[in-house]
Parts: sequence; C-alpha cells; structure tokens
Amino acid sequence: MSTTDKAPDLATDLVTLTIDGVQVSVPKDTLVIRAAEQVGVQIPRFCDHPLLDPVGACRQCLVDIPDAGNGRGFPKPQASCTLPVAEGMVVNTQATSEVADKAQQGVMEFLLINHPLDCPVCDKGGECPLQNQAMSNGRGESRFAASGGIKRTFPKPINISAQVLLDRERCVLCARCTRFSEQIAGDPFIALAERGALQQVAIYEREPYQSYFSGNAIQICPVGALTSADYRFRSRPFDLVSTPGVAEHDSCGAAIRIDHRRGKVMRRLAGNDPEVNEEWISDKDRFAFRYTQVADRITYPQVREDGVLRPASWPEAFAVAARGLREAGAAAVLTGGRVTAEDAYAYAKFARVALSTNDIDFRARPHSAEEASFLASHVALSGGVTYADLEAAPVVVLLGLEPEDEAATIFLRLRRAARRGRTQVVSVAPYSSRGLRKMNGRLVPAVPGAEVEAIGSLKDAAHGVTKDAVILVGERLAATHGALSAAVELAATTGARLAWVPRRAGDRGAVEAGALPNLLPGGRPVTEAAARVDLAAAWGVEALPAKVGRDGNAIVAALTKGDLGGVVVGGVDPDDTSDPAAFRAALAAARFVVSLELRATDVTAAADVVLPVAPVTDKAGTFVTWDGRPRDFDAVLSNPSSLPDLRVLAGIGEELARLGQGSSLGFRTVADVRAEMRALGPWDGARPAMDAGKPPRAPRAKAGSLALATWKQLVDLGSMQDGEAHLRATARPPVARVSPATYESVFGTPEGEPGHSRLATVSGDRGSVTLPVEVADLPDGVVWVPARSFGRGVLADLASPGSRVLLRDAPSPDSPGHALKGAVT
Amino acid sequence: MTDALTPVLTDNWDAERAWTLAAYEERGGYAALDKAFAMAPDDVIDAVKESGLRGRGGAGFPTGMKWGFIPQDNPRPKYLVVNADESEPGTCKDIPLMMASPHTLVEGVILSAYAIRANTAFIYVRGEVLHVIRRLQRAVQEAYLAGHLGTDIHGSGYHLDLIVHAGAGAYICGEETALLEGLEGRRGQPRLRPPFPAVAGLYASPTVINNVESIASVPSIIANGPAWFAGMGTEKSKGFGIFSLSGHVRNPGQYEAPLGITLRELIDLAGGIREGHELKFWTPGGSSTPLLTPEHLDVPLDFESVGAAGSMLGTRALQLFDETTCVVRAVLRWTEFYKHESCGKCTPCREGTWWLTQTLARLEKGQGTEADLDLLLDQCDNILGRSFCALGDGATSPISSSIKHFRDEYLAHLTNGGCPFDPVASTAFAPAGASA
Amino acid sequence: MSTEYPVAQGQAQAEAAAPSDVLDATTLAELREIAARYPEPRSGLLPMLHLVQSAQGRITPEGIEACAEVLGISAAEVNGVATFYTMYKRRPVGDYHVGVCTNTLCAVMGGDLIFERLKEHLEVGNDETTEDGSITLEHIECNAACDYAPVMMVNWEFMDNQTPESAVQVVDDLRAGKPVHSTRGPRLCTWREAERVLAGFPDDRADEGPTAGPASLAGLRIAREKGWTAPASTLASSGEETDRD
Repeated sequence: MSTTDKAPDLATDLVTLTIDGVQVSVPKDTLVIRAAEQVGVQIPRFCDHPLLDPVGACRQCLVDIPDAGNGRGFPKPQASCTLPVAEGMVVNTQATSEVADKAQQGVMEFLLINHPLDCPVCDKGGECPLQNQAMSNGRGESRFAASGGIKRTFPKPINISAQVLLDRERCVLCARCTRFSEQIAGDPFIALAERGALQQVAIYEREPYQSYFSGNAIQICPVGALTSADYRFRSRPFDLVSTPGVAEHDSCGAAIRIDHRRGKVMRRLAGNDPEVNEEWISDKDRFAFRYTQVADRITYPQVREDGVLRPASWPEAFAVAARGLREAGAAAVLTGGRVTAEDAYAYAKFARVALSTNDIDFRARPHSAEEASFLASHVALSGGVTYADLEAAPVVVLLGLEPEDEAATIFLRLRRAARRGRTQVVSVAPYSSRGLRKMNGRLVPAVPGAEVEAIGSLKDAAHGVTKDAVILVGERLAATHGALSAAVELAATTGARLAWVPRRAGDRGAVEAGALPNLLPGGRPVTEAAARVDLAAAWGVEALPAKVGRDGNAIVAALTKGDLGGVVVGGVDPDDTSDPAAFRAALAAARFVVSLELRATDVTAAADVVLPVAPVTDKAGTFVTWDGRPRDFDAVLSNPSSLPDLRVLAGIGEELARLGQGSSLGFRTVADVRAEMRALGPWDGARPAMDAGKPPRAPRAKAGSLALATWKQLVDLGSMQDGEAHLRATARPPVARVSPATYESVFGTPEGEPGHSRLATVSGDRGSVTLPVEVADLPDGVVWVPARSFGRGVLADLASPGSRVLLRDAPSPDSPGHALKGAVT
Repeated sequence: MTDALTPVLTDNWDAERAWTLAAYEERGGYAALDKAFAMAPDDVIDAVKESGLRGRGGAGFPTGMKWGFIPQDNPRPKYLVVNADESEPGTCKDIPLMMASPHTLVEGVILSAYAIRANTAFIYVRGEVLHVIRRLQRAVQEAYLAGHLGTDIHGSGYHLDLIVHAGAGAYICGEETALLEGLEGRRGQPRLRPPFPAVAGLYASPTVINNVESIASVPSIIANGPAWFAGMGTEKSKGFGIFSLSGHVRNPGQYEAPLGITLRELIDLAGGIREGHELKFWTPGGSSTPLLTPEHLDVPLDFESVGAAGSMLGTRALQLFDETTCVVRAVLRWTEFYKHESCGKCTPCREGTWWLTQTLARLEKGQGTEADLDLLLDQCDNILGRSFCALGDGATSPISSSIKHFRDEYLAHLTNGGCPFDPVASTAFAPAGASA
Repeated sequence: MSTEYPVAQGQAQAEAAAPSDVLDATTLAELREIAARYPEPRSGLLPMLHLVQSAQGRITPEGIEACAEVLGISAAEVNGVATFYTMYKRRPVGDYHVGVCTNTLCAVMGGDLIFERLKEHLEVGNDETTEDGSITLEHIECNAACDYAPVMMVNWEFMDNQTPESAVQVVDDLRAGKPVHSTRGPRLCTWREAERVLAGFPDDRADEGPTAGPASLAGLRIAREKGWTAPASTLASSGEETDRD
C-alpha cells in the first residue's frame, strides 16, 4: 500500500446528490447513510458504525435509489451503510419512499420476532437503539406473536469474561462487538458461532474475552446483549446525569462521559473526540473509577497527637502543618504523577514561595538527572506531534514504551495505522509483546541497560527512520543511562520528531507546571536568572531559590540523612518509587511529614498531618496529554468539603506566611490558578541544553544472573483500580518471560509441554517471587516480569528494573500442597 | 440442426475407468493444452467470450466476460477457484461429472487458469461426496505426474498448482464470496460486493470463480472452436448443458442437450412421467427457482425463455413432482432447508426463514387461516431483494410460486384440517397405482 | 521473602488434558502440513478440522486449540468455523455416519419413511449414535444425487435408490461387520478414515467402484442408441495451431 495516500481534497472532491428531494454535496466516498445525516435524515441502523468496516449485515438501513447517478435506478432497496454516494444519485429514504419505509419496517419486524420482551429489566432500556428505532420505524403490534410464532430462546446471560456478560436472546447479530474486537482491538476472542437463527456471539470455552478494550464492545452494542458486571442493574439511563470528563489513568487524555446519580459515579463511557480517542477507551479508563468510593477514603483532616492521628478542623490542620514544616527545617515536595496541572502548579509554587526550595519532583518512579535535563530541554513547551501524525508517519519508533499497557489510546491509533499498511511500528524492547504483534510491529531487541546501542542501530537506513518518522519515548527509558540522549541524537540525526509519553495523566502537566527541581512553571529553567526574576516579579516575591533542587531520589536520601527535615507528599505510592524501602525509611526519618491524600496509605500512616484532597470527580482541572494537549474538565460532583490540592496548599501557605515564612500563594481556587498560569505564559527564552550527566556505577553482574525487564500491565494491582473486582479479574495473569535458551538452562528441558506451566522463582536484592514461566523472543540472559501484578510489585518485592536477578526452578504446581496450585494457567 | 442430445461432457462416462488419466488421454484428453499454450492468454479469453459460454452454476453470467474483468495490471497473484460445492436442491450434474471424468475438469482448470494468468487454482468441492473427492485427488496427482500440472507445463513455461479443497457442509458456500470465506478458513458468510472477486477475491487478490460445468466446458471449446460451441443452443443461451431429471419420471438421470430443449422433450426422452401419473409441478433449476407447472412444458429451457415464464433456468435441475405430491409439504421442506442453511449474517434471511417455517408448518397441519397466506407473501416481500445474498431470495421462490399456482391446495389443508395427501403414494417404492 | 500473587484470575483454568485426548505428534505435524499446502495457512482450517475428526472422532477442545495454535488465530475463531459447518460434529460419531436425505425430492420419494424406519430400527433420534457406538443417524440435506432418490449417504458415500428395507439391511450389515459397498463407489471405510481423505490424505480406494451409476448414463445411453452426438468440430482436426479467425 502506498505510504503517500493523499488526504482527499475536500474542496474539489465533492459529490452532489439528492436525498429526499434535498440536494447535498458531500466528500467523495461518503456513504449514503452519512450523507443523509447531512440533510437531517436519520436512517435507522444497527450494524453500521462509522469506525468499523462497513458490513451491510442487518439490512435496517435500506433505502430506495431511483437513480444511481447514471440515469438508472436499483431494482431493489439498497443498504445505505455500504453504498457510496455518486454524482447525480437520487436517494429516497423512509421519509419519502414507501418502498424504503416498508423495507425498513419489514427488517425491524424480523429483528423483533426473536427478541425478548424484557425491556423493563434490560439495562439498555431507555438508551436502546433497537427500542428507539422500533418506536420510530417499526409497527405497533407483532404479527409474529399474533400468528402463534415461537421465539428462539437461550439461557439468560453468560459470562464471556469476568467483566462482560452476554444475553444471546437480545443479540441482533449486528456483529459490532466481534468486528470491534477483531478490527480495532485485535483481540478476536469473541466470534460468531453456529449459524442461521441460532447464530450467536461466542467465546471459546477455555479462552474468555480478555481484552483491554472489551468495554467498548458493550458500549457499541445496539441492544442490551452485552452488559458489564460492574454496571448491570445499577441504574436507569434516565436517572443519570452525564458530564464530560478526561480519563485520569494515562497520559492519553481520552475523552470520557461520566454518568452519575445522587452524588455517585455509576459508570463511565467513552466520549467522542476524533482528535484523541475517537470513540474508544480502555477498560481501565472505563471501569476503574471506584477507587474514590472505597472504604479507606480519607474524609477529614487529621493531625498526629501523642503518636496517633486524630481528626482536626481544616484551620487547625493548616496551622499544624505550617508550624511543623517551619520547625522541621528545610523541606521538600514530592508529588505523584496523578495531579492536575493546576495542582502541580500549586505544588511548584508552594515549594518555591512557601518553602523557598527547588527540592520538588513529581517523578514518583525510577528517574535520573539525565531525564530531568531531557524534560527541560526536549519536553517542556514541546508539541506538534499529534495522534493524527502517528497514523501519517511511515515509521513510529517506540523506545521504552509498551502502548497497549501504558498508553492505550496510542496503541489503538498505531494498530489502525499498521492495519492500513501505512505505518511500520519499530519497538526497542526486550521482546515482541502481544501489543507489538497486534501492531505488526518490528522488534529491535534490547537487553535492559543496553538500550543505547539498540537505539543507535536505528540510524541504519534499513529501519526507515526518516524525517517523517515519529519517535515515542516512554518514561521507562530514563532507567538506562544514556538512552534518552541516544533518543535525542537519533531524532537529531534523522530529523524524526520526538515525543515523550509518560504513564500518568499528570506527568506532562507537572513538567509544564514546574514540579521539577530544574524547571519552574512555564518551562522556565531554574538556572536562568531571567526566568527566576520574571517569575518572582509575577509572583510578587523578592527572589526565587537559584540552586537547582534535589530530585526525588536525592530528596529521599536527604530526608534519611537529616539534610532535609520536612516533606510534603501529594499522592505518592511508596511502592511506585525508585526504592520503596528507602522511601519508607525517609518518611520515618523525616522530622515532619505532610500528606495530601485520597486514601489511607503508608504515607498517611507516617504523616504528621493528613489532608484529604479531592479526587478528579470533585474538582475542575487539566491534564496535559503526551502530545502537549491541555485537556481541561469540570467537577462532576458537587462536594464542597472535598478540596483540591491547590486549595489545601494555599491554606498551608497562608499559615506559613502568617508565621513569617514565605508569602501566601495568592490563589484559592482552580479558576485563580488557571488565570495565574495564563497570565504567566510560557518561557520564551533559550531552552537549556541536554546534559546526560555522569553515568552511574555499573553494578557487577553476578554469575548466571539475568537482567530484569519490567513494565506495568494495563490492568494490575495499581491502587486506582481498587474497588472494581471485575476489572481486576480480567488482568493478564502474571508470568515471567525468558528466551528459549534461558528456559532450558533453568529447567534443563526445552519448553513445550502443552497444558503444563513450569514455575520459577525470580530473586533480586529486594525479594523474590515465584511465577509461571513462558518463553518469548527475549535475548538470552533477560527475564521479564510484570511490574505491579503481584504482591507490592517489582520495585518493592524484587529488584530495580535493569538490575540483576536470579532465576531458579520452583517446585511443580502439580505437587500436592503447592501454594500456587490452581493459579497456573 | 443438432441431435436432441449432444453428449460432450458426458461423452466418456460410459468408458472403462474413465476417471483415469490413461482413459482420458486415450480420448484426446489434455490435447487442448498445447493448443492454448500456443495462444496468448487473452486469445483464450476471447475464444471463451466468442463461444457465448454462460456460467453453468445458475446465474448465467458470460464466462469469458468474467475472465476479462481480471485486472492484469494488478501486481497481486491471480487465482482460479472452481465452485464444486454443488448443493442446490435438485442439482446433481457436477458430482457425476467429477466422479466419472475428473480430468475433464482438471484440463478445464489448466486452460482457464492459463487464460487469466493464475498460477494457483483450487477446486472447492463439497465435503459430503467422499468418492468424488478421492477421484479428484487422484486426477490431480496423475496430472502432476504427467506434467499437466506443476512447473513448466508441456514445456510452455507456464506453471500451475491445483489444490483440491474439501468443504464441510454449508449450502451457502455455493455463493461465490461465501465460498472464498470457506476457502480462507472462515465461516462461510457472503462478502460485501464491491469489491468483486475479480478485483479482490481470494486473499484480496483478483479471482475468478466458476462452476464445475463451466470450466469443464472449456476444453471442448478450445479443442473444437468457439463457433462449434456457439452453433448449439439458442441465440443468447449458447452451447450445451447437462439437464438433470429427478423425481417422478420413469428414467431420472443426466441428459446433455443444447440449451433451449423443452421439458416435454426431456420427459419424453426419460420415458415419461411414472406410470399412471401426471406431472403436477416442477423446478427448472433447483429449489431456488420458482415452481412451474405442466402449462410450462414447452418453455425452451434457456436463460431468456425460463425467465420470461417467471422462473430461472438456474442449474437445469429439473425436479418433477406428480399429482401424488403435496405442494405444501414440498414447500415446507424446502423452507426448512433454507432456514437450516441460512448463514445468519443478514436479518431478513436469518429471521425470515425462521418465521416462514413456522407459518408454513401450521398451514401444513391445517392450522391458521387464509390470512396466513397473505402474511406469507408479505414476509416473502420483506425478504426478497432485502437480503444480503441470493439465498434469502431463493427461500421465497417456492413459497410465492406455489401460492400463485396452488393457492387452493393450501386452502384445502385448512378445510381438511391437515394434509389431504398420503405420503406413501408419492414414494419411489409405492405400490403401483397408489394415489392421493 | 517470597510473594504469592493475589491477582484474581478471570481466566478459566485450562484443565490438564487426559493423555488420550491429546493430539499426537504425528497429527500435529499433519495439521501443519495441511496449513502449508496453501498460500495462506488459514485456508487449511477446514481440512485441518476434518483431520481432527479423523484423529479424535469429533471436534475436540484439543483439536480446536491445536488448529488455533498452528494457524496463530484465536480458539474463538476456530470455534466459530467449527460450529458453522454441519460436517463437524461436537459429539462422538459412530464408526458409520448414516445420513438420510430428507430434502424435498428425496423426502417425497421415500426419504422420510426411510429415516423414520431407521430411527425406529436403531432406536436413536436425529444426530444420535447407537448404544454400541456403531451408527450415527442424521437426516441430511440435498446431496446432489437426486436422480438416485431416495438417497442415503454412509460416511459420505452414495447409497442410491434406497427403500426402508434396503436401508435397514445396510445398517444391519454394517453393525454385523459385513463389508458393504457404496452403490456407486468403493467398499465403505469408517467415518474416521473418510475424514482423513477429506483432510487431503488420500486412501487407495479411488479406483474402486464404477465410472458412473445408471442414472448418470441415462441420456448418454439414449444418445448411443440413437447415434446422437454433438456436432463435429468447426476447426481443422490437424491438431496444429489453428487460426481462429
């Protein structure tokens, strides 16, 4: 296929036709069903979906074509969902043609003969295309029932995954779900089975519908055949209030619709944003919202008294926090990557204005000085690579990024691009993941820690990395010294464009807001005096700290050592950090800990003041996507006692100012912050240069040890998926992956006994885990494990990514009494 | 003037071990290859166009024209697929052909594939005819060994691989795009057209799909010339075809004759309707072609004349039913067949056949009312021309045509409180003289 | 420290297959061989499923999984195909599959009565297998032998012009282990052997049986009697290259 497909020239490639007597001009190749929408005619349909390949199966959209544009008409009604427009074509829909109307009524009657009359108990009732179109385009009474017809029946819903239920009686066999799964998600684990009137959607009995995107199939089902265990029987569409929102689980900024009732979110659906997620979202974006509804939510401020946390009023908590921080001496700020840009700005300003420090870092994960330099030089204020660009690029290079797990919307875009044959995905990764295979991607295998060489090899013309290519850099690349510099060099050499794709929704906004030790808000480098002066003037303070601050790792070290006394922690899970044990030790060592949190955590347990903050549903905010797109949203629920981080920080700041430390932050609301950020604007001075810094000490490889590769799977034990057991039950089972040779060296026999999984224990310097082992195309001497799919995860319980681990045979799962028996698949 | 019967395809069926390569070659088999290889492929297409050969699978589309649609500038490989999924009720011509003389088909495949520049061809044969498959497999094997298939066939530089592919039980796979799905290892559900198979067929490559009899006719056209073929038949329905007589006729079987012969002539040749009985209704080309009656005995059996009589020539599957046969029972059974074979893809066919069967079953039992006949006709109206493929259309043919010709018989079921016919009387082993 | 992972598993647990259900290495190799016959491997799926039936007497879960594995497609897709085509059986089939055509013409000509008689005689219903595992009875659709109506198929071999009595005789002979010949074909093999041929692994019976049955020759016989032939070639019969124009 051509890689230079021209976008149709909309001005010249217009086709004019007449629909129901109204002339309309639409782009060439438009389908009649969509051209009709242009003149305000809604032709009923079921199988048709604008993002799926046309199929023409349900026949509901039949129209009369008295002139196909060549002076001759079609003798039979035509399916308008498969028929492209033609110059001079005449289309008569049900609005003007008796033939079309009768054809549609006939199809509707057929669709209903085997459809149950359970609308009153059906989740789809009230928002059901079948129900609605039966009212608008069907007949009032059933001739089938009147003539004594007997309906086909099936047992009521069956689980096709832990999350998705299928009611076969209700299914109209439009095959939207199966086509979505095959065409869009690449997970053909549901397929049509049987035939004729007994045809049905089916899984294979031993292979459930495990797809990260299964919820979309539910959403596009035009009847109540597919429902989610999560939402089933929970509410009625007409009782729900819908508010648009932005998904908070990755940096993709997928548009969502949040349906709520009486102050509680009941479900989330994909929004429709053609520039971002089109109409698809991941199951995590759809189902993982109950973490705000779990029992351990913090609902009131607490202060520690006599070693115990006790409830406090907001004013008291602010005052205690301010006093504690002031008395603790030098203090730092750690924020997770989940905060909104406005909140990140507040943390950034709080550090500088209230604490007079640049000791702030949002990177609650393994990170490096090289990365901070990269973010300042190549990410802050960058933009220009869009989702559409991904589909237009002949080559997209993935460096340290597994889109299906870490950036689902990007995955769907790349899969479509690859399916169209226009885009070659090239991934520097330890093995060909399922996601990479679904993108027909090419693997450039890399041992963790040795990515630099692999990235350098992409300069070879054979890889096709040219100026039209796009390089997507994942946050994990920071774990290997020199890799980010190599990525920058690759872009510079080839002219390819580069974009950074972090994992979390707030990461990019935190960069822009200056929640970094070397960056101030608006991409202003700390090292630029002019930037500091500007900003100080804008903030009405005398001066800003001039020294580049400590990064997250250094803050942890300084707290432990006593160089720092206080710390403000906002939304950090210790087990996500570079060294969870060190992080916990730092909290224990700190003289004063202020925690801004949603739920009780190890941080709140160690904190001296705990301040509850609002979840995204309770506040307005903005997430900046990986492509630099600000995605703002409003509060979904009105909850006056739920304060955004920025309000809490403002409160502490005011108390500190009262004590004579710093000045107040000058804002109290999201609107205030937005106005301030807008007024501030971006830095227009020179960008700092990239500085790789010094390489760290290379660890000595133990004999027989393996390099540890890891990333987080989309659905795992992450705390923001808490409260939704059905979603979590669809997680991919944790396995360790090694090369065939490594497998054989561990077990002494080659892989390949069907029906049996061998177990191995992976041991690192932080612990060990026993997992089933699978063989994949990894380089020898590497083991991959999922980062957060067991225990407290790789960082806490195994080792640091890229470090050396040992792998040994574990007792067989078949041996009696083994702890993992039955959990092996 | 040609003779009433013109054995060409059937001509060697009485030969000793006609299925073997030796027997076939002894009669000049595979001689047409060298003749064709001396021609440019386009000239072979022209010859078939000139012959006027129209598809023998039922639709009657001009074969040469179909071949001409293959875009030769398309860089993808071209494929030839033989539709040997003979399943239309009443149709039984391709199966005996492949059983008796599989090499006729293989030779036709080579010639046709050469014409369209295909280097891979398939015979998609229904799976339920084991011995036919054996003979095809053997014939292909023999043809390879003899150098009629494989690389550099007859030193021409042309190479062709031929794969015999057994289906697995699905009438719908006789529909050419459903057949392609089956051949690609998928559920046999018809594909959207366009793109037509000539442009994007098997593996999205240009593909010709032809019926067995069409392809088997090609060697004779190449050997004897297009004018020879065109000299038989009628003006628009040229050549010969195999007419399959079945049912209440004294000598059912295969009768190869020029198109345009009448049923009256054929019944005469077959010794008449069985002793003591008379023709009641018949299908001209399988159950999907509307029923005709004795008043149509003199309709020339060519595409145009049968069409003008309100039916279709189809596959020349002449199922003959005498007066002992209950037309309602016959039609119900066919409708059950369509329900069983509906692929399920489109609503009108899937749901419509489900409903039609129920309405008919009640009528056959004498339940329901006369209004149900109008309901049936309205259901047919909502299926015919509304379905995704012709299967749905075919399902309505027996119903609409039988109500048209035998409305009174339907009503008789209602007044009689059930079927007034004795099913034993219509059987082949009924005692002589049994009647309804 | 050792960690047991607490992730709940939604996935159904694949039970360890009993050894007898597992496809042997030869069959697995043959499945791959079938896929390799085609320009695109998935084209092999229909014959591969025939081979599964030959090896295991029906479409087994192991067979579905093996096909999915060989072709790199999902088991759901294989299942969708296996349930679409009626020759694929989910329950074990007897040594002999007896199909009685009850499509209209054969039904009218006696197929209905034959089927009724066999059901009674074998004490089974449609698509059921006799207790001794020898015969599976099914009514089938038109099998393209209408000129031999009423027709019965045994392991997809033609048994032409049947009567209730002849049909009973056939099944009795089969159950008694007597050799039975197709009326237009070879000595009958077992259903599993037949499925192997359908998978594209020929047996040695192609040369058994006649060229054609009597009905197939009905027209030809008359032509021979009357001396009717197709017209002579319009081309010079030299066998040399001929100018068509």
